[in-house]
Amino acid sequence: MATLYEGYTLCGLVKSPNSLDSGIHGIELESDNDHVVVTDSTRSVTLYKLSDQKPLGSWTVKQGQSLSCPAVYNAGTKEYVAVSDGKVIRVWQAGDLLLDKAFKATLSSTVWRVHCVPGGAELYVLFSRGAVRLLDALLAAPQQPIEEVLGQEEAIRWSAGVAAETQNFVVFTTEQKGSHFLYVQRLKPNSLQKFCLEPEDVGLAPLSYSACYRDGHISLLYLYPNGHVYKSVVSVRSPPLEEVGEAVPLPRTQLLCLPVGETLLEAASALFLDDDHIAVVGAPHPAAGAGTNFLCIWNTNFQTLQAGKEMAGKLYGQLWSYASKLFIPHGKSLTVIPYECPKSSLASALGKLKHAGAKVSRVPACVPSWSAVFNGETAMQSEPMETSQSNAQHSQSSSDGPVNQVLDLIKTATVEVIRKEVEAVLSQADIQGLQPWLGQLAGSLVSRSMADPSFYTPSTLATLVGTRCLCHSVCPELLMLALEKRDYSLVQLCLQSFPDVPENITCCCLKTFLSVPDGDVETASLEPGSLSFMETLTAQEHGTKLNGFSAAGGEHHHHHPERTSGLLVHTCPVGVHKAVLLNEVLQTPYSDTFLLPHLKDLSPQQVMLFLQYLQFLYFNYSEDSFEQEDKSRAPTLTQVLDWVCLLLDAHFTVLVMTPEARGLLVNLHSFVKYQVRFVSELGKLEGSLQELQHMREEKHIGQYSIQVIKLF
Amino acid sequence: MGEFKVHRVRFFDYMPSAIRAMAFNVHTERLAVARVDGTVEVFNIADNCFQEKVIPGQDGRTIEALCWAGGRLFSTGLNGEMVEYDLENLRAKYTVEAYGGPAWTISSNSQGTHLAVGCEDGTVKIFELLEDTVQFKKNLDRLKNRVLSLSWHPSGTQIAAGTLDMIRVFNVNSGHATERMMVDRAAGASKKKEVLVWGVVFLSDNTIISGDSAGKVQVWDSKMGTLIRTHLVTKWDVMALSISQDESSLLAGTSEGSVVQFQFLSANLDQPDREWVRTRTLRSHSHDVRALVHTETAAISGGNDTQLVVRPFMEKVVQSSKESAPRKITFPHRSLVSCAKKAGILLFQFPERLELWRLGESQGNGRPGEELSVKRKPEALIHLKRKGDDHICCSALSLCGGWLAYASVSSVRLYQLQYDDDSITIAKVKLPKVLRWANQLCFSADSSRLFASFSQSSVLVFALGQSEAKYVHTLKPKSVSRQAVHLMSASDDGKWLATANSDCEVHVYNLSKLKYHCTVPVYSSCPSAMAIHPTGSNLVMVHADQQIFEYSLVQKEYTEWSRTLQKIGLHSSWLNRATPVTHVSFSTRNPDHIILHDMHMFCIVDKSLPLPEKDSDLYNQKQLCSMTEKARIKDSHAFKICESFKNLLCVGLLEDHSLVVVERPLLDITTRLPAPVRQKKFAT
Repeated sequence: MATLYEGYTLCGLVKSPNSLDSGIHGIELESDNDHVVVTDSTRSVTLYKLSDQKPLGSWTVKQGQSLSCPAVYNAGTKEYVAVSDGKVIRVWQAGDLLLDKAFKATLSSTVWRVHCVPGGAELYVLFSRGAVRLLDALLAAPQQPIEEVLGQEEAIRWSAGVAAETQNFVVFTTEQKGSHFLYVQRLKPNSLQKFCLEPEDVGLAPLSYSACYRDGHISLLYLYPNGHVYKSVVSVRSPPLEEVGEAVPLPRTQLLCLPVGETLLEAASALFLDDDHIAVVGAPHPAAGAGTNFLCIWNTNFQTLQAGKEMAGKLYGQLWSYASKLFIPHGKSLTVIPYECPKSSLASALGKLKHAGAKVSRVPACVPSWSAVFNGETAMQSEPMETSQSNAQHSQSSSDGPVNQVLDLIKTATVEVIRKEVEAVLSQADIQGLQPWLGQLAGSLVSRSMADPSFYTPSTLATLVGTRCLCHSVCPELLMLALEKRDYSLVQLCLQSFPDVPENITCCCLKTFLSVPDGDVETASLEPGSLSFMETLTAQEHGTKLNGFSAAGGEHHHHHPERTSGLLVHTCPVGVHKAVLLNEVLQTPYSDTFLLPHLKDLSPQQVMLFLQYLQFLYFNYSEDSFEQEDKSRAPTLTQVLDWVCLLLDAHFTVLVMTPEARGLLVNLHSFVKYQVRFVSELGKLEGSLQELQHMREEKHIGQYSIQVIKLF
Repeated sequence: MGEFKVHRVRFFDYMPSAIRAMAFNVHTERLAVARVDGTVEVFNIADNCFQEKVIPGQDGRTIEALCWAGGRLFSTGLNGEMVEYDLENLRAKYTVEAYGGPAWTISSNSQGTHLAVGCEDGTVKIFELLEDTVQFKKNLDRLKNRVLSLSWHPSGTQIAAGTLDMIRVFNVNSGHATERMMVDRAAGASKKKEVLVWGVVFLSDNTIISGDSAGKVQVWDSKMGTLIRTHLVTKWDVMALSISQDESSLLAGTSEGSVVQFQFLSANLDQPDREWVRTRTLRSHSHDVRALVHTETAAISGGNDTQLVVRPFMEKVVQSSKESAPRKITFPHRSLVSCAKKAGILLFQFPERLELWRLGESQGNGRPGEELSVKRKPEALIHLKRKGDDHICCSALSLCGGWLAYASVSSVRLYQLQYDDDSITIAKVKLPKVLRWANQLCFSADSSRLFASFSQSSVLVFALGQSEAKYVHTLKPKSVSRQAVHLMSASDDGKWLATANSDCEVHVYNLSKLKYHCTVPVYSSCPSAMAIHPTGSNLVMVHADQQIFEYSLVQKEYTEWSRTLQKIGLHSSWLNRATPVTHVSFSTRNPDHIILHDMHMFCIVDKSLPLPEKDSDLYNQKQLCSMTEKARIKDSHAFKICESFKNLLCVGLLEDHSLVVVERPLLDITTRLPAPVRQKKFAT
């Protein structure tokens, strides 16, 4: 798991207020990892020592002049090189106090950047028109003619120096009439390659680039304002000898799709950290709304967020990374944030939030249902083993074909045809083998249903859910669709078989169940087991009434005879079908911290009704006469009590303010009090009984006794 | 089998005496144990540690040390006397005044020709063993302090003496001290407190090992008089040392109750240099270990907690055999309780007194497991103090409760008791002069005769009349054994009398003819209990090795049942019991029932039932209890063992078919012991 450590401020930013620019022109590493040269956009170059967080030296050009290119440090000659006013190269050493007295040379063409290749001792000068020269050669003849490489209206957007094993490269990107090109300038021997970047949506230009060399390839990382992060790879081993002219299309792969929401990113930047990790600045944190003031580290293999940090103040979309430190100008300061990206593994990648939108892989997601795993299908365990063997080929091909056909069918065919086809698929192959495809089937059914309101296949979906191979994460829209279509039997089935229903969905279901009129639910064909349980529960309540004694333990302690609520205790406040659905909600797994915020969305009426129902269950469970026959379909007493607590937690103030709720709460309170007292009495009793047992053990035998024994 | 009303008696205040000294005779495998009250007991280690002989103590005679010299047993005590014991008649043979004040220790040389006695005045006195007595030979050089321990060199020429702060080595021939080894005083305690050398052992390689009151076990070179090695064993005293026969292992007993073993081992393999290494610690006592014996296979220890503990060395015995089980001998292997079954009266024998108790009565009947309410409490009838200094060695009560007799080594007394409604009168009856002492006493079932066993296994018969006893006859066995009788039993029908002695001989006399009848074939193990069946004229004997025999006196052969029992063999659980059966009695209602008991259980043997199978559970009462009637019949076997009662001293059957169980809980004994040395325990 990558970590962002506590950062520190290296320096303040010198800039005009409200400016969009950070005022930092560039940051370059000095002689060692502890020193950096910061060039600000006005006139000065400052050397900082990172461990001391303080400047060691500063050089400034004269008023009226400006630095047009960030200063770089030439480790070979121990000199600093900068360009002022586009054409004047300045070279100085650490000992030089005044920049004006240092060496100057005026060139014949405008310089874009001076690049120092990491680890190399040579500096390269990239001219604005695309030519590249070695600095030494240039200084020998400053006024030499510089050729033009770029075409008309083509301008450099970004450039970098890259060191491969034996060669150095200068890469730069250009823009010409909305098209973007990548140039790779090979040095010694010189050669130039030109690539054309695949166009993104109209009018979108990459916000940032980053390049690095890895395994014989130069990787280029670029981020678009819509949050897409792409990677393109250029091999360094195939030197093209043909003349520059025709741009070769450069293939790209999407690494990430950052969640950007509605708006486009304005100032953002993405940077390679290592093979698997990229740092992104200026994009929103997926868990924190639309604000873009975040520095995030993403794992590109698993598309997971590894670490995130909110930065104070405005971000300028600038980011540098040297020696495991990120340099990020924000607000009014430049902050250094050390980071760590250990080798990633699936386990660590799953640790933090996984953003659903970031998933771009085209392979059908195989999210096995945990319950299926734990229910111990050995076939399931042996399956992956076999998959790689010969047998798997067979099963793959046998199930692939029909499934693809069905997938195609789903897009067009009628409900009845689809039902038959799906049943045919399910019957012919073993379900475990089909598991990855079932999600796809369900997903496409759901998406068609959502797109086409007249299309809905309840029985097919029920069959798919009935296989118990699906889970909520495989097709997240299914449950909501069923709710929308008022297909309560499917909802029940989903709640029963999905082990991973999120709390907000659970709450949605609860809300729907509570607000739906009883009449609507009664038509639904719910699972008979759960129905019979509720029927016995309500029948019991009638039975006790008929016999003339209502054995509710709480009743004896109802010293506050609130008529209305007293009645509620003994009659189920909801219909049987509704109660069955509510029971399913009660039995859904949840974690209360996540449930609680959603629970607050219930309206007071819904809360009252639900609380009444829970009270009904609680009172009934506490009765001696109550015996659960089929335990599997009924919420346990603990579940009921947990929900009562949650509900009270979420809505306590509301309930206290609602006059109708008073009776209910008083009732509940007195009953709980009674039960607590009863249990404490039982505890005392247990103590004395234990003492009794203790006493029996230590039976004292006196000096003389007459006993009767029997021998057999 | 049936229900029994059980009188559970716990008011017998029996208190064993602390063990003070022990001596082991390697040749005869007899262990002599001396207790603080002067009693000397002889155990046969080869015969399941059976207590063969008990020589009663005497007031004023205390024993500090015991030693065997050949087959002769000697002791010395703080009264300054040396005693030789008559092991046939179970009494002191003679005493010799050592004239050196209290005699702390005695030791014989390995040749068995001389005895050395260490005295309070600092002298070591050498006695020569003669045929029937000992003769003072000489004093060795006198030391400044009392001699607490002595050990002869196996050659017999040197002797090591432990005294205060010092060990001296004497040349026996010259009588002069040759070496002086100073023993360090305890480090923590006051420097003024002398260190007492409680034990020395002189090895044949001239090593001396000492144990002292500072808790040290020290190894010395006697030639140089130098200390080789010190082992600090305890914070308290090392009170006893014992060396194995091959001098490769040493035991040291401490006041903490632990026994520490040292072994003579080479530190490294293949190296000839051996040294004494502390190897293991045995903890079997709660109080001081005062006496120790290292036998071939076991460590035998005894001390102030009165128990004799036999702990076998696991490497020397076969695993999980009978020998490998540790033994604790707490109670004597003979009966101290007589029961007048017709009158419901119990006689308890103490060394210095007799107590006569009448059992209580219960109200109504009850179901099994219930306790009945006591209508009449038990009643102490008589508290009879003995006359003279000699401790009571045996006692008897007639079945009707009308006669009482007891004997010591110097006298036999007979009393007639008369019970009126509330009062009881006791009258001494004069016995003829012939009977000066007795080993065993016994009344006939009809209370008309008294039998007293006398020297050489003979039995004197007295006829009891109105306040008089007349000598009738002397029954003599046809054997050469001179051993004392330790068991005597008369039949209820008055026809037979059986005696058993420690040579394992059982003689039977015909009382109607007043003559010797027969001798039961001698079995290798000593009989621990026997009785004659009231009607069948069968003699039932139980031996120390747990074997049971039934001998028909009429046919003079083992009965059919006895032979079947021998053929099938007794159940292994029965044979592995650690305590001998000390009482045999019969049911008046069912002639097939034999009642046996040892310290931990009592058993009713039903001869009509099949014997237990080898692999079945011998102790099956609990299982049977939970079975149905039918299954019970299938599973029940001849041995009905009841373990509900523990620490049994006596189990008897009264005339009314109720049982009397006399228990002496060990906890009651422990609580009466003096406090042990304080030991730091966790959280105290």
